[in-house]
Amino acid sequence: MSQLLSEATFANETKQPDARELKKLSRRGQGGFNRRTGFSWGVLGFIVLAALLWIAPLYLAFVNSVKSKADYTTSGPLSLPSNITFENITAFWIKANFTEKLWNSFQISFWVAIFGVLLSFLTAYAIGIGRVKGRFFILALFMIAFTIPAEALMYPLLKMAKMVNLYDNIWSLIIIFSVLQSAFGTYLLASVLSDFPSEILEAARIDGAGSVRLLWNVVFPLTRPTLLVLMVFFFIWTWNEFLYPLVLLPSNSSQTVSLSMGLASGQYTSEPTQQAAAALVGILPTLIFFLIFQRTLLKGVTMGSVK
Amino acid sequence: MTTVTPAADKKSRARRAPTSRPASNGLYWPWAIPGLLTFTIVVVVAFAWNVYLSFTKWNQGLGTPKWIGLDNYIKLFQDDTFWQSFLHSVVFIVSMAVVPTGLGLIIASALFDYIAPRFGNGSSAAVRAAFFLPQIIPIAVAGLLWSWMLSSQQGIFNVTMVQWGWFPSVDQAPNWLGNAGLAMLSVNVVLIWIQIGYTVTIFMSGLARADQSVHEAAAIDGASWFQRFRMITINQLAPEISVVLLTTTVAALKVFAPVYVMTQGGPGTATNVPAYFSYFNFIQTGKVGYGAAISTVLALLLIVFAIYLLRLQTKQGENR
Repeated sequence: MSQLLSEATFANETKQPDARELKKLSRRGQGGFNRRTGFSWGVLGFIVLAALLWIAPLYLAFVNSVKSKADYTTSGPLSLPSNITFENITAFWIKANFTEKLWNSFQISFWVAIFGVLLSFLTAYAIGIGRVKGRFFILALFMIAFTIPAEALMYPLLKMAKMVNLYDNIWSLIIIFSVLQSAFGTYLLASVLSDFPSEILEAARIDGAGSVRLLWNVVFPLTRPTLLVLMVFFFIWTWNEFLYPLVLLPSNSSQTVSLSMGLASGQYTSEPTQQAAAALVGILPTLIFFLIFQRTLLKGVTMGSVK
Repeated sequence: MTTVTPAADKKSRARRAPTSRPASNGLYWPWAIPGLLTFTIVVVVAFAWNVYLSFTKWNQGLGTPKWIGLDNYIKLFQDDTFWQSFLHSVVFIVSMAVVPTGLGLIIASALFDYIAPRFGNGSSAAVRAAFFLPQIIPIAVAGLLWSWMLSSQQGIFNVTMVQWGWFPSVDQAPNWLGNAGLAMLSVNVVLIWIQIGYTVTIFMSGLARADQSVHEAAAIDGASWFQRFRMITINQLAPEISVVLLTTTVAALKVFAPVYVMTQGGPGTATNVPAYFSYFNFIQTGKVGYGAAISTVLALLLIVFAIYLLRLQTKQGENR
């Protein structure tokens, strides 16, 4: 979602609330206006209840995926499993050949993260540091590119993929997503790089650095943290994509996790516990990814919304 | 590609003099070649091709497209299904943009200046994380999860309601995704479930950025939480609110995966949206020209939003 936003620099977003403010906040709990009254406990209870309701679907997927089908029919979906079984998960895993799906998704997302960031960085370097002519036009064009619907590009891209023999091949997706993600990446990085400290650039130029050395020895090392954040995002966005894999990867062996999940939706209607297992297995990779990159991802949601 | 006139460029350069001195050493435009070249092929050519296809008839994409001028568009504007799909988009805008913005504001503000000062930052962070969780799940998985819960025969809702004796059997219970009246409601509830985490997170970071002393002064003067929310929070978050409303509206107009996974636009056309309608014509029925026309109209509409967003951000950049 945050793909649509931009402008801001990462520097702004990485700023943490300073210690003084945190202390002030924690002190406020004790007395004065912010006393804990019966009413405030009520508000807390209400909002915690809402939060629990929000994660209930995930809890239910978890509980029911380790339940036997007989257990589901007799004691219902809300009860805890009488005994834990992994047969649903293994059955789904084998039926969907999930290892293969994971590997396909991983490869696509990994290469898009690399190539997408590389393309973004080079173009943004020309725009933000080199300040090439027509840069505002280019950026406006890029922004329009990540706003138009995928359906407006999908069919010609399908035909192109067939022309170059990349239909039903994950490389067609790697190329398409690298370019589409880099439209956003360039937009974002260009604004980061145009705020690059000019003293550093001047100093390097006076020392005789040309555009190659400036890029490799000055700009790249200082922007590396931002590029890594961008890679994390390109990875997860690509992982979650649905339409392009649906159109470009017809055969079972080239499908992605997201796609196989969407297609599994109608397949196991008579096997509720297996559907729960499918959902759980689909959630887990992104959940693990989220736990590892939690801070980066939460920062990134707000990335660029408002400077 | 470069349409900026030399004069205009010189002027903007002069204005930005201190930070943007013309690059003296070396050439910079070659660095943009890989990006611009791939962009031209994957986006510019593909989009132009799609616009061209919208003026043709190309059954199943076989043989050569036949030029038919504006016929697809004329047909499109007389097609009730097309207008209905846009009407559904309006409903999706309510459930993906309006409702999450409203609820997000209330939740973020309650967490930030009601819960956190009284019960600590940990409690508000935990609640925020819970709301954020649906955001990290791939939409296709969210769709799978909910179609499992809403399934008429084996789904959690119906099985539980029968268990509790609300209905004699699942056949009497509501068919959440299979009933034309209910399907739209069900899909929209799922979208609200997904979207809240996004708005809450953005608004909470906006509040962290805003000046807290105004809030404190108002609290000392005896303003209630609701008064502060209405008079201060909404004003302080005005930039976030406009950006969030605009971007979520764009997302609502592009909705495809949840509809595809949960209802396939059905039952009938009850949950059809422009993106799905376009896909349906392209792939399912093979009316390529018609699908291209639908997607072109949708793209033009979204370009208007993009330009508006661009201007909004430029304005906010200047005000800073």
